[in-house]
Amino acid sequence: MNLDSKIPSGDLSEKWSNHKGSIKLVNPANKRKHTVLVVGSGLAGASAAASLAELGYNVKCFCIQDSPRRAHSIAAQGGINSTKNYPNDGDSVYRLFYDTIKGGDFRSREANVYRLAELSSNIIDQCAAQGVPFAREYSGELANRSFGGAQVSRTFYARGQTGQQLLLGAYQALMRMVDAGKVEMYSRREMLDLVMIDGKARGIICRNLTTGAMERYAGDSVLLATGGYGRVFFLSTNAFNSNCTASWRAHKRGALFANPCFTQIHPTCIPVSGDHQSKLTLMSESLRNDGRVWVPKRKEDASKPPSQISEDARDYFLERKYPSFGNLVPRDVASRNNKEVCDEGRGVGTSGYAVYLDFKDAIQRDGLQTIKEKYGNLFEIYDKITNENPYQTPMRIYPAIHYTMGGLWVDYNLMSNIPGLHVLGEANFSDHGANRLGASALMQGLCDGYFVIPYTLGHYIASTPLPAVDTQHPAFADAENSVRSEIQKLLTVGKTGKKTVLEFYRELGHLMWDHVGMARNEKGLKTVIQKVQGLREEFWNEVLIPGEATEFNKNLEMAGRVADFLELGELMAADALNRSESCGGHFREESQTPEGEALRDDENFCYVAAWGYTGQNKPETLNKEDLHFESIKLSQRSYK
Amino acid sequence: MPKLKLNLEIWRQKNPEAQGSFEPYQLSDIDDDISFLEMLDLLNEQLIKSGKAPVEFDSDCREGICGSCGVIINGQAHGPLQATTTCQLYMRHFGDGDTIIIEPWRSKAFPVIRDLVVDRSAFDRIIAAGGYVSTKTGPHPDANSHLIPKPVADQAMDNATCIGCGACVAACPNASASLFTAAKISHLGLLPQGNPERSKRVFRMVQKMDLEGFGNCTNIGECRAACPKEISIDTIAQMRRDYVQALKE
Repeated sequence: MNLDSKIPSGDLSEKWSNHKGSIKLVNPANKRKHTVLVVGSGLAGASAAASLAELGYNVKCFCIQDSPRRAHSIAAQGGINSTKNYPNDGDSVYRLFYDTIKGGDFRSREANVYRLAELSSNIIDQCAAQGVPFAREYSGELANRSFGGAQVSRTFYARGQTGQQLLLGAYQALMRMVDAGKVEMYSRREMLDLVMIDGKARGIICRNLTTGAMERYAGDSVLLATGGYGRVFFLSTNAFNSNCTASWRAHKRGALFANPCFTQIHPTCIPVSGDHQSKLTLMSESLRNDGRVWVPKRKEDASKPPSQISEDARDYFLERKYPSFGNLVPRDVASRNNKEVCDEGRGVGTSGYAVYLDFKDAIQRDGLQTIKEKYGNLFEIYDKITNENPYQTPMRIYPAIHYTMGGLWVDYNLMSNIPGLHVLGEANFSDHGANRLGASALMQGLCDGYFVIPYTLGHYIASTPLPAVDTQHPAFADAENSVRSEIQKLLTVGKTGKKTVLEFYRELGHLMWDHVGMARNEKGLKTVIQKVQGLREEFWNEVLIPGEATEFNKNLEMAGRVADFLELGELMAADALNRSESCGGHFREESQTPEGEALRDDENFCYVAAWGYTGQNKPETLNKEDLHFESIKLSQRSYK
Repeated sequence: MPKLKLNLEIWRQKNPEAQGSFEPYQLSDIDDDISFLEMLDLLNEQLIKSGKAPVEFDSDCREGICGSCGVIINGQAHGPLQATTTCQLYMRHFGDGDTIIIEPWRSKAFPVIRDLVVDRSAFDRIIAAGGYVSTKTGPHPDANSHLIPKPVADQAMDNATCIGCGACVAACPNASASLFTAAKISHLGLLPQGNPERSKRVFRMVQKMDLEGFGNCTNIGECRAACPKEISIDTIAQMRRDYVQALKE
């Protein structure tokens, strides 16, 4: 398949403005004749739904939660990047662009990333206008802090709850449009299939999660803003109900899935504590502004309490190995180093799989009050979970799955290879390459929703014949029937099964973490593909599911999602096996520098791997989009 | 690690129309370092394996920010700890042999959907009645063109941290949504961006709150005690001032 990224011609810095000036527009009076289905109400979905409704489109917005305000964007803690350069420390559009490309280990599209950097400043203005209560200096101006992979302070924040505040801004804009009658909001709905008519995305099938009823919705375009697939690892920082089902069902209808093996392991999470744990909790990267990461120099000290380990017996390994970035190296580098010192036997805590994040020096330098103001809520969360006071004892942290850079393939207009199916935010693959820098997820979600899709969707609608369709079209009946029969199949097995959905889910998570987690190798990947196939077969013979389809039934919802993860997991391993280079968060043990850093192979792998579904239990086909770098010279990443 | 034996009394209700009742359950060998919701997960695994219907409850982020979870635990919304959502409550705060009574939020405006799951969409409708700044997506003046004194910004942020969980309503003997509504009114009213619509906002949101069937505020303060984000009841005083002002206009 020929993948046309539709990158506009011209100089990098002029591509977006030229493109906006040349794409087609929909007359204001005609916009009200078009219906747009937005699936997901996080930063990308809510901002898109609100903005499109303001333009005059009829929007229907869907979310699995009981309210759009609860989408998982709400849990983002640290901040949002922007090139405002208020601190006057030398930031610019080019620097944010360069840092993001380099942070992603040169596996993202130049033009998309440049546009993101260019629009980052508008996002802050937009959110401030909505009344988002950003942190401020005593002057009344907005405050900034630093994040990993950058040498400037360009991160805006609202305490440790930046995602919450940005999402509430977008949610309020969305509810304003509900009030205006331009958005119909459908909560507790799960998209279970994409409806295609004449090769175009024209509708969705949803299950009403309250009643179990099947519902059909038709429109002129479908926007997926359904987040990432980190829950394939079961334990992750993602919310309990986050899932890949909407994306995966679209994939099965033909949408290509790009770079599925690019997953992000966040270095600072509260370590795993037991078998019954249901999720992991992030401790924001912003903590690395002031916290110092260390382990004992000697293995023998690992079991001693930290207070009994003297200063000269501590190894501040990130500061030692990466003097110019220190504790603020990018996430993939920090995570790998954390794992490495634990594998050496120098890890701390009961499991030996944790490192210290120590605030003693920062408290001595800046005072308890300052540290409390900056991180108070994070310290409280830590205390609640671990029963330890991080003001007195260093935090114990360990890497965990946090974000997925891969996702459905989209072109420059955020449209997938299926005409009319647009994909926004974490659900698409486009901007973060093989590793996302901190404080860039919020930026991308809002950029896609507020400032990109309102233009590019108009172009699609204006340039595409879209004859009216309604939900009586046979394609809707076909899709609904296939969803119904899949659910029936689950429930039929489910009546006599032996293992609960949660047991399968945990087992899959363990397999993925062990073999497709922080380090991957050929043998492990080949093994895990077989094991996932086996587990999938077992699932379809042995899964135990309570209740019926026609009622509120969370186990049934979860069963459908786990069934999809059992397919996606195999594809992730296949992608990781194919990409025998290391890059960013994808670390193939066979490909490393003498110092143990990720070693890319630009000659053979400077491409986006976009996989096409070919049928149940069949290997997927690989399509390649070559990445062309016009303004950046590819180099080995160095944070030393 | 200490292990707990627990007696649970849980509200079971199959659907909104059904007559619900408390059902007793016993759990043993519960690690005290798991969360309250993970304890319910364990109960559900046992129920499913013995062919019974699991207890339905809402939860999502499980780190205290999404506002999905929330049940009444021994008579207290979100349980015994201050400033803590149900998902952040750990079993180490319970003792071996304890009886724990678990109920859904109780309010006419929050109908029960199933077991511990309630319908809180009334909160969305209150926000839709003016809990926003009427600005559009597009070019805006530079973010620093409005200077906001740090203490004002901090106070706005305190009020904006509401997670919309509904504990304030569940804790209030009148089932009033005043704290929820006032938190948003105060957050936006404090900021220059929200000021132009201040009167219209308070008028419409309060009217909507009443129409949705929430009770009136009689200054009891249970809402503040139950609020996991410790929103101040000063916001309710501010809402009343703004309301009186709006009536004059």
